[in-house]
Amino acid sequence: MVKFFRTHVLVCAGTGCVASKSIAVKKALEVELAKHHLEDEVQIVATGCNGFCAAGPVMVVYPEGIFYQKLKPEDMPLLVEEHLLNGRPVETFMYKDPLKKQIVPKMHDIAFFGLQELRALRNKGIIDAEKIEDYIARDGYFALAKALNEMTPEQITGEIKESGLRGRGGAGFSTGLKWEFAAQANSTIKYVLCNGDEGDPGAFMDRSILEADPHVVLEGMIIAAKAIAAHQGYIYVRAEYPLAVNRLKIAIAKARDFGLLGKNILDSGFDFDVEIYQGAGAFVCGEETALMTSLEGKRGMPRPRPPFPAHKGLWKKPTILNNVETYANVPPIILNGARWFNSLGTEGSKGTKVFALTGAVNNIGLVEVPMGTTLKTIICDIGGGIPNRRKLKAVQMGGPSGGCIPESLIDTPVDYESITKTGAIMGSGGMVVIDETTCMVNIAKFFLEFTQDESCGKCAPCRIGTKVMLDILKDICEGKGKEGDVETLEDLSVTIKSASLCGLGQTAPNPVLTTIRYFRDEYDAHIKEKICPAHSCVELIKFVVNGEVCKKCGKCVKACPASAIAWEKGQTACIDRDTCVKCKSCITTCPFRAIE
Amino acid sequence: MAKITFEDLKKIKEQYRASTTLREGGARAKVSVHMGTCGIASGARPVLKALVREVEDRDIKDVIVTIAGCAGQCTQEPMATVEIKGEPPVVYGKLNEAKAKEIFAQHIVGGTVLEQYTVEERA
Ligand SMILES: Cc1cc2nc3c(=O)[nH]c(=O)nc-3n(C[C@H](O)[C@H](O)[C@H](O)COP(=O)(O)O)c2cc1C
Repeated sequence: MVKFFRTHVLVCAGTGCVASKSIAVKKALEVELAKHHLEDEVQIVATGCNGFCAAGPVMVVYPEGIFYQKLKPEDMPLLVEEHLLNGRPVETFMYKDPLKKQIVPKMHDIAFFGLQELRALRNKGIIDAEKIEDYIARDGYFALAKALNEMTPEQITGEIKESGLRGRGGAGFSTGLKWEFAAQANSTIKYVLCNGDEGDPGAFMDRSILEADPHVVLEGMIIAAKAIAAHQGYIYVRAEYPLAVNRLKIAIAKARDFGLLGKNILDSGFDFDVEIYQGAGAFVCGEETALMTSLEGKRGMPRPRPPFPAHKGLWKKPTILNNVETYANVPPIILNGARWFNSLGTEGSKGTKVFALTGAVNNIGLVEVPMGTTLKTIICDIGGGIPNRRKLKAVQMGGPSGGCIPESLIDTPVDYESITKTGAIMGSGGMVVIDETTCMVNIAKFFLEFTQDESCGKCAPCRIGTKVMLDILKDICEGKGKEGDVETLEDLSVTIKSASLCGLGQTAPNPVLTTIRYFRDEYDAHIKEKICPAHSCVELIKFVVNGEVCKKCGKCVKACPASAIAWEKGQTACIDRDTCVKCKSCITTCPFRAIE
Repeated sequence: MAKITFEDLKKIKEQYRASTTLREGGARAKVSVHMGTCGIASGARPVLKALVREVEDRDIKDVIVTIAGCAGQCTQEPMATVEIKGEPPVVYGKLNEAKAKEIFAQHIVGGTVLEQYTVEERA
């Protein structure tokens, strides 16, 4: 018999909340519960990422569904005594809507949660990721049972194809088609791989799924294995994700224990097992052929395609590789049918997409929305808008392979086709919000620095081309830009895109091209007038206070670590440029953007 | 452990259904024991514990036992409100463990309101 607890307290133990000390909060909670002899009545569950990372550490109390945020260990005595003992939820720890200035007690009434549609993340924050029973209680492994006992491999592939599911790792290739190719390949040995490399800077979709719901990925992989007749799988995760690796290890051990991995799964006669392979975190190892080379024990470098992995993949055997989120979408499709899945979304993009929303936005966190939701809804409603009363300038999507979408296109629906039209890409789900204080040339430089650094060096266009482009961008940001630089960048981009061996080089120029397309005036201002309109590039800032804009508040004076600003009440501040160390503290602090 | 079959999966799901119900809603009935300082002083804790034990002993999966703040009628404490889906809530007062058990059996399981223990008019 399973013990009954009247109240469940779900404490987020995702990487974000752990970093903001949720484990200490949980310990304090345990102590307080024991003090009041409540440990038999109240169950504490450590969950994976809840998603609302900006509010962490967070906790949800059921059955009421009360959401508590920004908790500290010393808050626990009050919370336990008031809410868990006396039955009076504590307003102090609740979420306050920044626009309506109202307290919102229940999680589902908070806009950040209410506007989301959880499918790939359906178990996040609601189950104990380390308990297989919690997963089974939410229909876990029921899709597997259906696939193994009631469906032929062709039916599985057919269902996935009909669902319209496309790869969530970046390229957006039809998952069903990919499986069909591998299923048709003639070989007694085949492999099913999961891509958990997640190399895009700032992205944490896959990590969160692995931490919150590792079994869903295993279940998706076993179903894929049945569809293509594979008996061995590997999950490639970066070693920088220790919590995800650990939860996966526990999940695999449990699944083996239950006979959900190994020989004769669910008494169906089908065999499949999975191993974890920890990668060292090179960005290029997320590329499919490089990932397979790395798995083979060699240096992770891409190889030319064809042959495609569906025919000659890992150890030259037919192989499918799918992203973590792609696999997370598979079990519910098998269980509820293709039609259930593709009833949501747009013409060419079905289902939902998970985004790691970050940058200049109030509600930083993990969001899952139906395909076709506009950028505006994601940023302004779910994300709660831009902090510090600043203006939205652009959204960067698709990480180093993607591009910047300007504010004027904020009504663009998020689906593969519409995002590609803007010049950016859907990518794996990185979404960085950029406000007016960010320089677009600098953003392009940032991403190119990343790709240039991560280029494996195998092919010349990527190795040399990205370096040359980066040097030009650096010059522009330092005021050494020349007439014609933009054209050179464009020329180089064309060559690098068409001549590079793998997707890394083929997409590396995208951040540069999109910023040129939408923010050409900023490039020109840097090159011709030697000014940075966002007041961001240090070499182009004069560090003088514009007396017409300055409101004489004196905030810059307090912010200056070098005491380089002279100011008296009622007067415009004045920066002594000999003492100034150009740290930009004054610029970030000034609410009126008066320092130029 | 022994390898499981589809039947076992279904059994595990059923065993854990009480947890699922509690976190996701969809309970058939809910009992809220009113705590607060005076509730606890007059014996709300043992009433609550008795109700929790009922759920456990009967292995019931679709009933939530929870707590609420003070109901504001100190002379009637300990109090509890029973809400059965689709029916108006019923407030009981001056409870003790025995009465709580009786209410659980008759009202929550059996569906009959125990008028002799109710406090207010059925709202
Ligand atoms: C440079 C580079 C890095 C990539 N990194 C990842 C990654 O971290 N995770 C991922 O799932 N796909 C990544 N991809 C895409 C993979 O090559 C591949 O398309 C994907 O894993 C296939 O799975 P899907 O069809 O489910 O998306 C990367 C591609 C390139 C070119």
